[in-house]
Amino acid sequence: MNTKNNHPLKKVLIICAKGALEDIYASLVLANGAAMEGIETKMFFTFFGLDAITKKKMNHLHTSTVGNPSLSMPGGLAFPTFLGMLPGVEAGVSVMMKKQMEKLDIPPVDEFLDMITAGGGEVYACKLATDMFKVKKEDLTEHVKDIITVGEFYELASGEGTQIIFT
Amino acid sequence: MATKSINGNQVEINDEGYLLNSDQWTEQIALEIAKEEGIDLSDKHFKLISYLRERSMNGESLSLRKVGKSGIVDIKEFYQLFPGAPLKKASRIAGIPKPESCV
Repeated sequence: MNTKNNHPLKKVLIICAKGALEDIYASLVLANGAAMEGIETKMFFTFFGLDAITKKKMNHLHTSTVGNPSLSMPGGLAFPTFLGMLPGVEAGVSVMMKKQMEKLDIPPVDEFLDMITAGGGEVYACKLATDMFKVKKEDLTEHVKDIITVGEFYELASGEGTQIIFT
Repeated sequence: MATKSINGNQVEINDEGYLLNSDQWTEQIALEIAKEEGIDLSDKHFKLISYLRERSMNGESLSLRKVGKSGIVDIKEFYQLFPGAPLKKASRIAGIPKPESCV
């Protein structure tokens, strides 16, 4: 079966607007995957996604254990909310998730951003979000190329064969 | 599925240019495939290729992260040696199957 594509993907922009562990990793895997395929990759972190590029928070991300309808216990039963509220449970579950990812060779956030930028990927922070959360450039990781507005973001999206992905 | 002739030797490749039989690989084949990709193979390229072949023969799954930690190159260098899609290109040239990793 011939899978040659007449309109190959040339550039992809990935927006990350949520701060939970699984949300941020979804956007990182997508970005690194694109860079690995030789696709021009740009990431845009906004709102709670800023946690992924804030030095103090990027390696301490959590999964929600309260009100997370998809979370289940090992064994398959649904994770009871009252359990999720107890002190230490959220941190514990997050550590377990990270261990699982490490087994699959998925790196921690800062190493992941190293890989993405080594492949030519660019990382941007949203100006609106940094203003709102009072985050300064010094608080952000060195991987961040610039803090930009939504208009500048759309300018980066110009060109044929470009796709924007919102995670 | 196609048969390719390289220097008078017949090798079988699939639609995407990967060698169907890893044992058929020789350095000559590597040079040929690399030429098609527009790459001139240096010693460093070959060092990486040996590393990838060794891992693949051992049944290990390959990932970009593993190559970066191999001690032969870092990830930036990997992208420089095999521009574009480094793991896929390097695997093709090394005569090993298409990598299945998401990382």
